[in-house]
Amino acid sequence: MAKALVRAGLVAVGLVWVAFATNTALAGEVKRYVVEGSRAAELDSCVEPTERMRRMHMEFIKHQRISTVHEGIRGTKYSLTGCVDCHISYDVERIPKPINQPDQFCGACHAYTAVDLNCFDCHASVPNRPGVDADRAHREAGVEGLVRSGRNGEGH
Amino acid sequence: MGKATEMNDKHTRSEAESGALKASAIDGGRRGFIGVAAGVTAAMVAPGVILHAVAAAPRSQPVTSDVRWGLLIDTTKCVDGCSACVEACGRENGLDLQVKSEDESEARWDHQKSVWIRKVKLQDNQTGRVTNLPMMCQHCEHPPCVDVCPTGASFKRADGIVMVDRHLCIGCRYCMMACPYKARSFIHQGTSGQLTRAPRGKGCVESCNLCVHRRDNGEESTACVDACVAEGHEAIVFGDLKDPASPISRKLNEIPSRQIREDLVLNTGVRYSGV
Ligand code: HEC
Ligand code: HEC
Ligand code: HEC
Repeated sequence: MAKALVRAGLVAVGLVWVAFATNTALAGEVKRYVVEGSRAAELDSCVEPTERMRRMHMEFIKHQRISTVHEGIRGTKYSLTGCVDCHISYDVERIPKPINQPDQFCGACHAYTAVDLNCFDCHASVPNRPGVDADRAHREAGVEGLVRSGRNGEGH
Repeated sequence: MGKATEMNDKHTRSEAESGALKASAIDGGRRGFIGVAAGVTAAMVAPGVILHAVAAAPRSQPVTSDVRWGLLIDTTKCVDGCSACVEACGRENGLDLQVKSEDESEARWDHQKSVWIRKVKLQDNQTGRVTNLPMMCQHCEHPPCVDVCPTGASFKRADGIVMVDRHLCIGCRYCMMACPYKARSFIHQGTSGQLTRAPRGKGCVESCNLCVHRRDNGEESTACVDACVAEGHEAIVFGDLKDPASPISRKLNEIPSRQIREDLVLNTGVRYSGV
């Protein structure tokens, strides 16, 4: 029920946005969640068009999850690791901030839309610890070193 | 998360390599030579691993049953008191990040913390001969843990890796009961600081997955194998049991090896020699 409402809400927001798309002043006021200082902040587009990501990201991730865990496919663009790498932001000391914190990318929007995830109970909420995945993440994020990830319950 | 139905068709069964193993004759005279040769191969693979990790690309096609991953453990080379493989496994899979809670006794913690590899020491009471070996998930062809799992979380990947899909695991621990090797652990505590490559959290069962992230990223070996080579013991060989030219198949072909609890006819992917 809550989810349906949220969905309906999002669709409504989308419709309003489309209706006023030509009105640049209003389009500029649509709340954006991409966080300053993340790699995403410097790029033009997500792995899919923004509108599509807003509505569909959970489906993309869940399909990816099955193909990664059961079929070993790692080379596709919807990986959770990938979302974290690109959307992570850093504090003044270049320490990544857990992405599920209520002021961070995934956390902020989920807090706003009252979505509660348990993904980051297990998954690292920051790119961390050198290794195959993490090395690549570090290179892309331009950081080195070991950082600790935050638990859920501290955010969303 | 109810995707349980999707994984039940992944249980590919093949008798091919068990047949091949049975058929192989053992020539005692050549054993010494091959032992040396296999050692040399392993030594040459080790530097290659690092070179490969740079070049390796993440997998983009589903795994197939054209390969079956396995390990061969030469217990005569496994050293008493060495736990390099266990520690390397812990670092690779984030098990070293576990902390004992304050109200828990040492003994209970030892018993309850998650381990993927156990060092086992066996003594023959009649002769006094001592054997050391690492014991981990044996990656059975017919895994009892998969048979008993009510959600399809415990599954065998097409390439022979037996593992837990922790998105489906409800923590019932039937698989732990069913496993004859005591290879699985349950995560009793909340976790923090997890590795990107090894998500893990309270309420799920876990076990050796033959460093599945390394497999999918095209690396050559497992953390335990690398550690054993680095220690100079080279007691563990990793590879494709279905490829007759792979170092593991060649070694299996030359030296006598056994499955632990072969009476259960599970056709394990982990084999032991010198036991
Ligand atoms: C290569 C970098 C990159 C990756 C990887 C990436 N994103 Fe994005 N994402 C972006 C950029 C850039 C934007 C902003 C696009 C824009 O300005 O319209 C964005 C926007 C979004 C938005 C819309 C935000 C808003 O303000 O409405 C969502 C939702 C989103 N991403 C989710 C995800 C998820 C989930 C994943 C993982 C499957 C992911 N992204 C992976 C770069 C990335
Ligand atoms: C109980 C622990 C646990 C929880 C909770 C969990 N995961 Fe996972 N997840 C794992 C493990 C273990 C893997 C396998 C990691 C590997 O082999 O790289 C994995 C892999 C994945 C992958 C493929 C790897 C990647 O980075 O893309 C995706 C996608 C994924 N999980 C999504 C999710 C989502 C979405 C949620 C929340 C709805 C979630 N997971 C919750 C343990 C968990
Ligand atoms: C623009 C807002 C927004 C952003 C940013 C966002 N999400 Fe979401 N997310 C939602 C909404 C809304 C839902 C609920 C949709 C529903 O229930 O139908 C949701 C649901 C999910 C779900 C499914 C949860 C479940 O229990 O079924 C996952 C997984 C998820 N998001 C992952 C992420 C990740 C990972 C990020 C950060 C990379 C992210 N989301 C960023 C809005 C967002």
